[in-house]
Amino acid sequence: MKRVYVNEQWCLGCHLCEYNCAFANTGKKDMASALMNIKIRPNIRVEDDGKVCFAVSCRHCDEPFCVTNCITGALTKVGGVITIDRNKCVGCYTCVLSCPYGCVTPTEQGVMQKCELCTTNGGTPKCVLGCPNNAIVFEER
Amino acid sequence: MKYVIIGNSAAAVGAIEGIRALDKDGDIMVISNEGHHTYSRPLISYLLQGKTDRERMKYRTDSFYEDFNCRTLFGKTVIKLDKDKKAALLDDGEKIPYDKLLVATGSSPFVPPMEGLDTVSKRFSFMSLDDADSLEKALYPEARVLIVGAGLIGLKCAEGILARVGKITVIDLAPRILSSILDDEGAKIVQTHIEKQGIDFRLGVSAKSFSANKAELTSGETLEFDILVTAVGVRPNVGLVKDAGGEVDRGILVDENMQTTIPDVFAAGDCVVSCDLSCGLKRILAILPNAYIGGFNAGTAMSGGTPKPQKAMPMNAIGFFGLHIITAGSYEGEAFEMQDKENYKKLFYADDALKGFILIGDVDKAGIYTSLVREKTPLSGIDFASVCKEPSLIAFGRSFRDEKLGGKSYEN
Repeated sequence: MKRVYVNEQWCLGCHLCEYNCAFANTGKKDMASALMNIKIRPNIRVEDDGKVCFAVSCRHCDEPFCVTNCITGALTKVGGVITIDRNKCVGCYTCVLSCPYGCVTPTEQGVMQKCELCTTNGGTPKCVLGCPNNAIVFEER
Repeated sequence: MKYVIIGNSAAAVGAIEGIRALDKDGDIMVISNEGHHTYSRPLISYLLQGKTDRERMKYRTDSFYEDFNCRTLFGKTVIKLDKDKKAALLDDGEKIPYDKLLVATGSSPFVPPMEGLDTVSKRFSFMSLDDADSLEKALYPEARVLIVGAGLIGLKCAEGILARVGKITVIDLAPRILSSILDDEGAKIVQTHIEKQGIDFRLGVSAKSFSANKAELTSGETLEFDILVTAVGVRPNVGLVKDAGGEVDRGILVDENMQTTIPDVFAAGDCVVSCDLSCGLKRILAILPNAYIGGFNAGTAMSGGTPKPQKAMPMNAIGFFGLHIITAGSYEGEAFEMQDKENYKKLFYADDALKGFILIGDVDKAGIYTSLVREKTPLSGIDFASVCKEPSLIAFGRSFRDEKLGGKSYEN
């Protein structure tokens, strides 16, 4: 099963993955107009303390606490990919309580969003496609 | 193999999914005294608030029972277990034989004896979809509502109906709201936030007596109301197991396979006693995640598998009027505290491990704290000072990240 894996030694801390993720999930054609003057809410987030940096996105865990703990049944894992049905989600944050990596975050509407490996955005995750230094890759390991 | 499941909520669904992971063909019968497709109980306040509806609050899809090849008997109550003949007796006299039985009967609202309670005509509990429906029918824009109990159920009820009534007053015997999950400082922040929405509190008092639409409080005050909601607490439904001779303490006692002391009878969810890993105590953990996982583990054991250790502990994510609260574990040991207006954080640690935490307001990445508690991660092995300020994976060090984020295995 292909996943987004991190090559921490190659991360430049450029945050391009965050912008490419946010852009991909707007569904718009032009990045500049899509992201102009908005606070982006990417499903991949760079941790950076000035010395170390790396990007973190959903691990699609073998034991997915976000799914087992979800009180609505909005989070499901099918074919190895954990997705969220935003129509069912009520924004209770039990998934935020549950995710060991901090990878479920609220949308502007207050329900939850997460990385779905760009399964509805054409396949290969856009964060990986736009990474200039192979610091994140989409492969089997 | 004949599996019979009594109950149709999170533990029952967990058990069905657990059984079917190992046994595709066994006969599964789900018996419920409610007439509904499986739904999420905690969503009844969101239903009244209009944030979900009857379709979306279904805990599993419409085709769930069909997909998992289950038979259902809804609207029937099991009144007795015959452990010798291995059958569940229904209220209509029918006997349902089982090879493996799961008791997932949950809990019921506990209404303490209060003088004159029976003189109150519009009186409701708030646990089930039917409760929510009954309460909804009684609501009207000018109604004055008195809620007895400032816990999770009482306050979610208050939030759910506030826009649809005239006035809400919440009373509680405890000196603070949400006393099971918050400390004094945290409770004050949340109380102030809720009061700003127009909900009144009377704390440290109880209702001495009721008379039609009046409540006399222990403080001497008399409150008039049109609708009364009692949300004082819940009691596990242990009767079936107890009457059949199974061991029961505050809840049904089960082993690591979720088996009761009666052979081939399992139990999970709000009706059982769990072992809280954050403090080692046996206690009732009446929360949905615990019910689902307990049910799943029961299903695994019932179908011949060996369940993973459950790692149960208290954990709650709840919000009121946009203010989010996430708590987990036990509040013992030393504390790290941070407060900035409505953002409040308290971490409790002892014996080189995080024992529990309270987050209000900024709850981003709270699961990193939950994971520290659940995995009992030695704090000496991480940068705890940095993790106190902000939950992050930087604090965990390179080998952790290479494994978790880089997919490297250190098994050899």
